[in-house]
Formats: sequence, structure tokens, C-alpha cells
Amino acid sequence: MLEMKKISKVVGGETHILPTDLVLERGSLNVLLGPTLSGKTSLMRLMAGLDKPASGSLIFDGTDVTGLPVQKRSVAMVYQQFINYPSMTVYDNIASPMRIKGSDAATIDREVRKAAELLKLTPYLDRTPLSLSGGQQQRTALARAIVKNADLVLLDEPLANLDYKLREELREELPKLFAASGAIFVYATTEPSEALLLGGNTATLSQGRITQFGKTIDVFRRPVDLVTARTFADPPLNTIELIKSGSIFTFDGKHVLSVPAHLSALPDGPCTVAFQPHHLSFDRPFDGATPLTVKTAISEIAGSESFIHVGFSGARWVMLAPGIHDIEPDATLEVFVDIRHLMVFGPDGRAIGGTA
Amino acid sequence: MARIDLEHIRHAYGAKPKSENDYALKEVHHKWNDGGAYALLGPSGCGKTTLLNIISGLINPSEGRILFDGKDVTHLSTQDRNIAQVFQFPVIYDTMTVYDNLAFPLRNRHVPETEVDRRVKEIIEMIGLGGWAGKKAQGLTADQKQKISLGRGLVRSDVSAILFDEPLTVIDPEMKWVLRSQIKRLHKQFGFTMVYVTHDQTEALTFADKVVVMYDGQIVQIGTPAELFERPRHTFVGYFIGSPGMNVLPARIDGSTATIGSETIALNFRPEIKAGAKTELGIRPEFVSIGREGMPVAITKVEDIGRHKIVRARFADQPISIILDEDGAIPAEPRIAFDQKAINIYADSWRVGGEA
Repeated sequence: MLEMKKISKVVGGETHILPTDLVLERGSLNVLLGPTLSGKTSLMRLMAGLDKPASGSLIFDGTDVTGLPVQKRSVAMVYQQFINYPSMTVYDNIASPMRIKGSDAATIDREVRKAAELLKLTPYLDRTPLSLSGGQQQRTALARAIVKNADLVLLDEPLANLDYKLREELREELPKLFAASGAIFVYATTEPSEALLLGGNTATLSQGRITQFGKTIDVFRRPVDLVTARTFADPPLNTIELIKSGSIFTFDGKHVLSVPAHLSALPDGPCTVAFQPHHLSFDRPFDGATPLTVKTAISEIAGSESFIHVGFSGARWVMLAPGIHDIEPDATLEVFVDIRHLMVFGPDGRAIGGTA
Repeated sequence: MARIDLEHIRHAYGAKPKSENDYALKEVHHKWNDGGAYALLGPSGCGKTTLLNIISGLINPSEGRILFDGKDVTHLSTQDRNIAQVFQFPVIYDTMTVYDNLAFPLRNRHVPETEVDRRVKEIIEMIGLGGWAGKKAQGLTADQKQKISLGRGLVRSDVSAILFDEPLTVIDPEMKWVLRSQIKRLHKQFGFTMVYVTHDQTEALTFADKVVVMYDGQIVQIGTPAELFERPRHTFVGYFIGSPGMNVLPARIDGSTATIGSETIALNFRPEIKAGAKTELGIRPEFVSIGREGMPVAITKVEDIGRHKIVRARFADQPISIILDEDGAIPAEPRIAFDQKAINIYADSWRVGGEA
């Protein structure tokens, strides 16, 4: 178990990581999700011991390891850039951490072949990394991290430089590898869809702060604040400032949406109403739903579905509609918000009024 | 803007190519319409960048000709082809202001200052850097710099074509949505001929009128996003487009019946298949329904990715993926059915037609 207690990082008077508490269990997969410069890499470097925290402590399995250099810890890291020893074969690359540890040749051979098999590298063991594709090079780096058998494995956007199809395959493989080893895995990404596909737990980051930590799907469905909801949305979250008044939400005094049952306890007053793009649709989601009139900006077709960018009372929304809809800009459309999935945030940005 | 004719183009990086396999780009012979938006999509090493570089003039093809509006430009330099280019990483002048960076391509061609000012102001708003006009580029973040690169690509209205080489790779997901829809809107407005290289299917499908799917140095299909989704010509297109890709299952075809394992599936046409061909049935996960009726299936895993679920299962001893609605449920003894209209039949990996 890795515990971060009030860990912070300050560089040249500038706070990169605000005091952070985080507990990661053995055998767990933990995603750090946030945009560029939100603090993902800084946090990982603190976990690894590559950087010393400005304050706070780091406890591993009950032992305080704050300030203990990375060499003395059981940590493996994989970066976005493929890092391998260019003059060594793939076999020797994977074997290197075990050789450093002084494992015997038979154990090394067994472990290297096992990792190579898992990562589909068996045919390339005698090649050098630079003669391989990017995906194979990154799989070599991943295999090396696996045989190292470290307690903590840190993956910093490891698939970012790969084709999305390769990413899709590796993403499916990675959780299986993780589950087998019993180590703590930490995986940084900028992409919400990647977090959802990986599953496990997710910590959302914004400006050097963890905004929420929990089971990935729970954080996605029940964000505690607007910042988290926005960080965890792709396509972008649809939002609008409305006034809750009795059983309706209004804009400029006019009825916009009805208040759904799960938000019946919501107090009256101004709030930010948010919903996911697939909860905006052409089809009536339930009997009695009232349509909104919106104006299209542009429609994008993505094969099986379309993204239709629309405007409503100054707000800009994306609608994710199944099927192919090629709609000209500035067309007027009637659409429905599935209010059963509304999220509401107060003026301070905190989620209020219950969740769907 | 120009029509682009690619006439019998082939390219080999080595001298004296002997066999088909020595060509990084196998024969390409196509006409691309004036004002069209084309995306070149494929995995790394498929030849898409080679083809883009041939269009831009960075590479002279080993064989064939390239024409802009009927004029042979095969041996013209990039400058003489009158094109704009946007690369994966920002290419800008750090010491110039944002405004001057955008004005540069226009001033270079002695466009009157009033026109320069009009265009630059329009573009600067579009890329969301309205407040930054007077700032030096060197202090900007990577994605702001890339926005300037994009703006510079779009600022001239008299170019033959605009070529994009993975322009959004370094941009955070949320900004990608904004920039993508702006490029698209600009295309609708001004009718530029655009060629966009990417390995990201969402970018390719949403950007292009026609997506050019490349695999192993060949164009395997040029089609609208809907065509690629519904009728992939090659199993590779089925696999590469869609997340997860198309299920491709070995099948025996007799008349208008397909047999997978011990299951028989009625087709709505009679595929014409040459004797001895390897035959497969393709069905997208979106068109497999799960319920109490149909063919038995064993569920291995359910991935809840927010807006829908991906069900991984085994069917007739083959892996199969099924997409299930956000609120969809799996019955105790699940069975599956294929939407007959969405079935494609492949012989030796190429789609076959036939009589209805």
C-alpha cells in the first residue's frame, strides 16, 4: 500500500502539487487523468522518489520512504517516449533489470520469455529496438517494466505515441498484466476515454490538485464538482447556467428544463446544469419530455454516429447522435435533453441535489 | 484551390526496386476533387506520410505524375506548388508576436496591409488567441503554438491546397474538439482543398468528406465515413475503423447462408465467391444485439465505458465484441442476433457482392 500524506511540490516558489492525500492499494490500477500541466507527471515523480516533496510524507507498506532515492526503491517507469537500450537485443533489453538484480540465467530466461509472450514480442527477441515499429518498441519497454517485478509501476502516457488501434489492443492487455502481478499501477493520461477503457480507479487532476479519487466509472458518473466533470468528459461536457425555480429550470425567465425526480431536493436559485453529449438527442427520451430549439454550428460524422455542435441561449453544446446526420450550419433543430441524467453544480462549483 | 490528380504514382525509398514489396507506396491512381476534404488514415508505416510528402513536393515519386488543376507539378518544389502546410509540431517564429506570425505568409506574398489585418484578425479569433495578438510566441504553451501553426496554414485564401500532417496530436482532448470543428467550418465556408494525415479515426472521419484508408503501401478504400463504417471493402478497414473494430468470423458460405461453427445465419443476398477462397463474415459490434433470442454466446467481460458497454464474449469458439446501451442489461442465458442488413461477406479479405 502506498500512502501519500499531505505531499506537495514547489518549484522556484511556484506550487506544482498542492498538499495531496492519496492511498493506493496493492494490485490496483490507478489512472491519473487531467490535461497537460495538471500535475500528473509531477505526482508520479514524487511517488517514484525522483523528486523530493516540499512537504508531507510517503509511506510504503507502513515504512516511511520520503526522501529515499529512486534507486533504493522498487519502482519501474515507462514513459511516453520509447526508451530502450538501442545496442541491445529485445531479449537483453527485457532481461536488463533482472541482470542488475543478479537473478540466475534460468530465471531470467523464463521471465523474459513469459513477458515477451504476453506482449507478443517472441518473434523479435533477437532484433534491436530501432528495427521495430513504435508499438513493438513500447511493448519492449513495458516488458522490461514487468520483469522488474517492482512494487510500484508508473506509466506516464505510455500509449500516447502509438496508433489508436495499437493503443486499443495494449489497453486491453495492460489491465490483465497488472492484475497478475500484485503491484500498484499508476497510469497517467489526458484522455477520458482511455481512463474509462482501463477501468480501475481514477484520480482527476486540475492545476496541481486531485479533485476526486474513486472507482473510475463512479467518478465519471458522479463527479463531485464541475472541474472534475469537465476533466472527465470527451466530447466536452455540455453546460448551461440556469435558475432553479420550483419544478423547473429557467433561462431569462423562460422554462428550459423540468427538474427530474433525482434532483427534487435541489434548492431554488442559480446553478450550472450539465449533461453528457449522448444525453442530448433527436428522439424523445421518455413520454412527456419537452423539446428545446437549438441552432447548429457544424455536424461531424464519425461513422456510426454524428457529433452535432449546437447553440442554445449562448451555450455551445455537442450532441452525440447515433446514425448519420449531415446537417448544414445555422439550421434550426428540435432536440431533447434526457433530464434523468442531469448533473447540477452550485455557484461554488460543487455538485448539489443528488445524482442520477 | 485545385483538383489533385495522382497518376500511377509509386514510390520506393531504395534505388532500383525489384518487387512490389520494395515500394513503400504501391500504385496510387486517383482524382481528388477541387474543394474536397480528404483524410489519409492508416497505421504507422502504411505509406500515408509518403503520399502526403509526394503531394507537397518533399518527395519526388519514383514513378507517376501529380497534377494540380491539370498542370504537371511532379518536379516543382514545395514553394512553387502554392500550398500551405501544418505539421505535427509547431513551426513558428518564437521572436515574433502572434499577430506577426500569422501575418507572415501574407506579407511574404505582398498582400495589402488592410487585407492582412482583416485575415489575421479573423484567424486569430478562430484559434481562440484573440487576447494574445501582441504577445511574443516564445512564452506560449505547446498547444497555443500549435494553434498559431494551424492559423498560419489557414490564413491564405489563394493556396492550391492545405496539407495537415497529424496537426492535433499535441493538443489536449477538449481543445481538439474546438479546433476540429473550426477547421471544418472554415472548409465549408471557403472550400479549400484539404488533405489531412492522421492515425486517429475520429479525426479522419469527422474532418473528411472522403477518407482514404491506407494499409501496407496501398489505398484499400476511399469512401465517406458512412461507407467505411457500413461497407468496409477490406477486412482491414473493418478492423481499423470503429472501436472496437468489426468482428470478422471465419464462415462457410452456401448460397445465401453463412455457417459459423454450428450456427447458420441467413443472408439477404447470395455472395459470389470463387472456389477455394477463404471466406469470412463481418459484423460490427454495434449491429449485434444481445437478448433471450438467437444464438448462444458466453460472456467473458463487460466494460462499462460510460456512454455504452462493450461486451466481450465467445461465440462459436471465436471472440466477439458487442456494444450494449448505457442502460442495457444482459439476461441470464444470453443469446445474440446479427442485424442482417449490416452483414458483410469477405473472400480472401475483400468484400464480395452478389444478388439479392
